[in-house]
Amino acid sequence: MKTTLKQKADSLDRVQMKKKARKVQAVLMWMLKAVILVGISYIILGPVISMVSSAFFTSNDLYNPVVVLFPVEGTLENFRGAFQTLVYPRTLLTTVLYVASLTLIQVIVCSMAGYGFARFEFPLKKLLFGCVILTIVLPTDTLMLPWYTEFRNFDIFGILRLVTGGGVNLLSTPIPMYIMSLFACGLRSGLYIYIFNQFFRGLPKEIEEAAFMDGAGSFYTYFRIMLMNAMPSVLTVSIFSMVWQYNDTFYAQLFAINNRLLMSRRIGTLQATIAQAYEIRDTGVTQLYLYAGILMMIIPVVIVYCLLQKRFVEGVERSGIVG
Amino acid sequence: MKKKKRISLIQKRAITGLIFITPWLIGFLWFYVKGFIQSVRFSLSDMQMLETGGYQLEFTGLANFKYALFQDAEYNQILVSSIGNMLIDVPLIIFFSLFIAIILNGKFKGRTIFRAILFLPIILNSGAISASIALAQQAVTGGVAAVSAEAAGTGGMNIEYLFYMLEDLGFPAVLSDYLIAAVGRIFDIVQASGVQIIIFIAALQSVPGALYEVSQIEGATGYETFWKVTFPMVSPLIVTNVVYTIVDAFMESEVVQTAYDMAFTNYNWGVSVAMSLMSSLAVCLVLAVIVKLISSKVFYYN
Repeated sequence: MKTTLKQKADSLDRVQMKKKARKVQAVLMWMLKAVILVGISYIILGPVISMVSSAFFTSNDLYNPVVVLFPVEGTLENFRGAFQTLVYPRTLLTTVLYVASLTLIQVIVCSMAGYGFARFEFPLKKLLFGCVILTIVLPTDTLMLPWYTEFRNFDIFGILRLVTGGGVNLLSTPIPMYIMSLFACGLRSGLYIYIFNQFFRGLPKEIEEAAFMDGAGSFYTYFRIMLMNAMPSVLTVSIFSMVWQYNDTFYAQLFAINNRLLMSRRIGTLQATIAQAYEIRDTGVTQLYLYAGILMMIIPVVIVYCLLQKRFVEGVERSGIVG
Repeated sequence: MKKKKRISLIQKRAITGLIFITPWLIGFLWFYVKGFIQSVRFSLSDMQMLETGGYQLEFTGLANFKYALFQDAEYNQILVSSIGNMLIDVPLIIFFSLFIAIILNGKFKGRTIFRAILFLPIILNSGAISASIALAQQAVTGGVAAVSAEAAGTGGMNIEYLFYMLEDLGFPAVLSDYLIAAVGRIFDIVQASGVQIIIFIAALQSVPGALYEVSQIEGATGYETFWKVTFPMVSPLIVTNVVYTIVDAFMESEVVQTAYDMAFTNYNWGVSVAMSLMSSLAVCLVLAVIVKLISSKVFYYN
């Protein structure tokens, strides 16, 4: 009798010990997680923070060894200079118009292609979809020169040559980008087609059947019903497309799109322009202007991101990048 | 009569489908197929841009390839080192992003904030902004940049200390070198793994909860659950992520820039195309080999 009681007490003790051990374990795990997450967040935010603080530095702050993060003198001159050199309001407006219109085109064209691949059976479908994957995987730089020559001497099946006797040089205008996006060959279009395709495949077929029974045509069904149901993936693709297009330098450089039109092009030459205009030889100091300019460039993106962040993450999770 | 009508419906569906993909199909034929053929032609010729807007080709055989490989001072080194870096980075990025995805998938306070921060690189890590962030990292005097550059392992006795410790423990030098290099590259790795983290989180959420319940009832430890349940279930997406990582890393790599400069700074068009073709071929080969290797080990649930 006694022994059993003792055993019981022992086992109770052991249970409590185990509980404690688990608690300690949980706390340790939590601490580990916290350390890792904070560390990684620092790695991501570190350069951003340093950029923000440097943007307010004067040249004295820059060479003051005591100054870390918080400037002693502090100035808004960098922002003023960058604002002027970038012609900020106008450049921002043209850039936003450019990006927004391209995004709209991308969403419509890519969702159409994605829908076509997801819901219709036609000959060579597998092969063609393989080609979509190929366009995602194939590095674009292989094709940059043919694209360049194509738009340098643009001509639709020799029609223009008949009329005017030569092609049109479309470089330095944004038209090449529009043409390419219109035919779903814009910036990462393949990826967007893939995302839309995965999402449409996940939607129940009954929706369309019901629409069909009620006498809706294919295009009506698509625009009024399927696209409305695909809002999470539309949102995801729009954000990706907007941000990547806004930051894009590769296509902008390739087609030599006019500096005055695009923020990403303006930023590229900001440092040199400032050095020339204000006759500053010190690259350290002109860099401060660059930081200010970059901050002004990022701000619209960050605002959009903060507004849409939650829906964006949910959208990506549900929009079936995963398949 | 009935049969005929059914076929026509199927045909009608096929035609509608084709109409939906027409824009893409035209673009594909126009820009990709035609572009690729032209690339091959350019690479085999001596190319001159004409003032009038056209260009002139003179067939030279494999001269451009020979020039790129044997005469250009840097190309072959850059190609090898870019691919080497890529191969080093890929496993690190994959493991890192899987690890972070698992942490972020759990429930804890402040998860939204950390998610927002960790997805920030997707926005910042491209084109104009990333170039300037790289600038910001290059330690101007003062500022956090200097501190973080130190953390990145350019100097600092912590890392050396760690290195000796690993050596004393009998770690193979190759492996410890790799780990040290990984610490040094942590910036690039974190910056490059935003999209991969998202893909893994989505994968983790699609694992049926019943599997975890079963493993818990059967008495599996967390470690076992990870290797026997989580890992096999997300393994198909490792392939996706590897492909994405390689392509992404390649687009940012020096090879692309070299080819670009060769074309638009040196106006050596033919050689530039030959360079791009060779590097693309190399990347595609690497992709094919890696995907083949991984796919054979991947577990498919359905």
